Amino acid sequence: MANARTLYDKIWADHLVSEDKDGTALIYIDRHLIHEVTSPQAFEGLRLSGRTARAPEKALAVVDHNIPTIDRSQGISDPESALQVETLAKNCAEFGIEYFDESDKRQGIVHVIGPEQGFTLPGTTIVCGDSHTATHGAFGALAMGIGTSEVEHVLATQTLIQKKEKNMRVTVDGVLPDGVGAKDVILSIIGEIGTAGGTGYVIEYAGTVIRGLSMEGRMTVCNMSIEGGARAGMVAPDETTFEYFRSRPRSPQGADYGQAVDYWKSLCTDDGAAFDTEVRLDAAKLPPVVTWGTSPENVVSVTGSVPDPGTVSDQAKRRAMERALDYMGLKPGTNMSDVEIDRAFIGSCTNGRIEDLRVAAAIASGNRVHERVNALVVPGSGLVKAQAEAEGLDKIFINAGFEWREPGCSMCLAMNDDKLKPGERCASTSNRNFEGRQGYRGRTHLVSPAMAAAAAIAGHFVDIRDWR
Amino acid sequence: MEKFTNLTGVAAPLEIMNVDTDMIIPKQYLKTIARTGLGKGLFSEMRYDDDGNDVPDFVLNKPAYKDARILVAGDNFGCGSSREHAPWALKDFGIRCIISTSFADIFYNNCFKNSVLPIVLPQEDVDKLMDDASRGANAIVSIDLEAQEIRGPDGGVIHFEIDPFRKHCLLNGLDDIGLTLEKADAIDTFEASAQAERPWL
Repeated sequence: MANARTLYDKIWADHLVSEDKDGTALIYIDRHLIHEVTSPQAFEGLRLSGRTARAPEKALAVVDHNIPTIDRSQGISDPESALQVETLAKNCAEFGIEYFDESDKRQGIVHVIGPEQGFTLPGTTIVCGDSHTATHGAFGALAMGIGTSEVEHVLATQTLIQKKEKNMRVTVDGVLPDGVGAKDVILSIIGEIGTAGGTGYVIEYAGTVIRGLSMEGRMTVCNMSIEGGARAGMVAPDETTFEYFRSRPRSPQGADYGQAVDYWKSLCTDDGAAFDTEVRLDAAKLPPVVTWGTSPENVVSVTGSVPDPGTVSDQAKRRAMERALDYMGLKPGTNMSDVEIDRAFIGSCTNGRIEDLRVAAAIASGNRVHERVNALVVPGSGLVKAQAEAEGLDKIFINAGFEWREPGCSMCLAMNDDKLKPGERCASTSNRNFEGRQGYRGRTHLVSPAMAAAAAIAGHFVDIRDWR
Repeated sequence: MEKFTNLTGVAAPLEIMNVDTDMIIPKQYLKTIARTGLGKGLFSEMRYDDDGNDVPDFVLNKPAYKDARILVAGDNFGCGSSREHAPWALKDFGIRCIISTSFADIFYNNCFKNSVLPIVLPQEDVDKLMDDASRGANAIVSIDLEAQEIRGPDGGVIHFEIDPFRKHCLLNGLDDIGLTLEKADAIDTFEASAQAERPWL
């Protein structure tokens, strides 16, 4: 069908302000999320040029990267972090932007609170100075991470200069084995396409498995689109999506809701729409996944072993593997289930939502964290934390020996005190296993919440499919 | 924005794939509220030892490369976070051009906003320049943006492609925001029609 369009094509077209002959376009931005780390220089830029925020009501700010996850009544002891947080508060007041501070019960990771509040909506363009903005694509939004200069551009003009990307569809059909979840799906996809496989694309995730995921699961998948190199990842809105927005503080109400749902329904990719690249995965073959190296594409089944660089003919790839194994302190051929951990981290914008905590708590219930292991549970937001406490999950975690913390980005990027010591090995539900990511010389293995909780208890990785 | 027209300087080889933004500028440097002064943190976990002393083997610590202006790197340079601190740190150190077979999308965009030129070349050209760069202080490379040419130490010329709009902005040091604000009427018109079509937003 010549006129058949993808979800991305439709949202792009509905936000096109202007387009030059060479394809350079100006697209309108509906929603702008802001946090303390990537915004100070943008606000400063506005001040220096005497500009104002064009549509401050279309922005929402929150503190998340830098704040402590323990007792906040003492304030932030690190003076640089404190200054950055204070600067965000001042900038929001000056430019008229709503701000959730560290004492607000709605405070949390920017990609958790946007959907929670109904600030994120299907069919919108959403940006944030954070690469994991891709998360919001789960709702059928075009959500992109941007740099600080672009944060300033959006504040000043409510638009972005872009060229349209190509379309990729990743279809996951079949039935996931018990114990295999959204995190294993996205890690497997990245293992398949590589960390640069999505460069130049917007990915649409489709297939029966994606349809069957909850909104939380879809967010986990879309969240890591950036680890696959894509500008954005998205899932077409459906009944699961519409239901999610039935009662959010900022979602459309009454007649507006009905009109919005009609529009959201019209966004689905048309039959026969062309994708530049198609990737297919068979869900039945997907195992619980663990990363062994320092790139998210370094995935292996928990029943597998550390790969041998000696078997790789490409010189650059072999060197990269050798460097990764040296950093990770792992020998080729070691069974992943024999790899012992020192720390476990359950949280982040990838896996810090209520469903993730429920899964981890079910594993933790009645068990004890291994004596060598320190395990942290950091809810994605104040509302996730309150919900978990209402369900008694905090008690389960605490009784099992996990630490129960205040919401924030925490040990996903270790900007606060939550970090690995040199040489420590962590089972982490976060999104990046880069060198030093969770702390100088720390060693990160990316896993699902179930796998992280089980590893915390066993002291090493275990096949969650065999969990008693 | 500062103009970018020609650049001549030492090219440093960084033969690592998937150089991520955590490597380029680790998180402890992200607490700044300024754009400047980040050069000291550039590649800090590879550049300094546990006591903060220079690691002699790291390329930018070698005498021949201390004043490098160009970096020749492995595939997928700049992957990871959106932190613009990465190009800020490179620029503050003195590096104004990075050459690789591929770049991560957000990093690539961020470079152009800061008058740093990322050049994508086929593998054989990157291999050639990597080889040139390994010659140390003799690895003087010249970049002519107008002509879209790289001239190596042996006089060989490599042509590169670049988006015409981005090239125009770099050559003239144009401010994106200023350019967009010239289209304020189009933005007003769009806003009014979008408001009518999607009133719930």
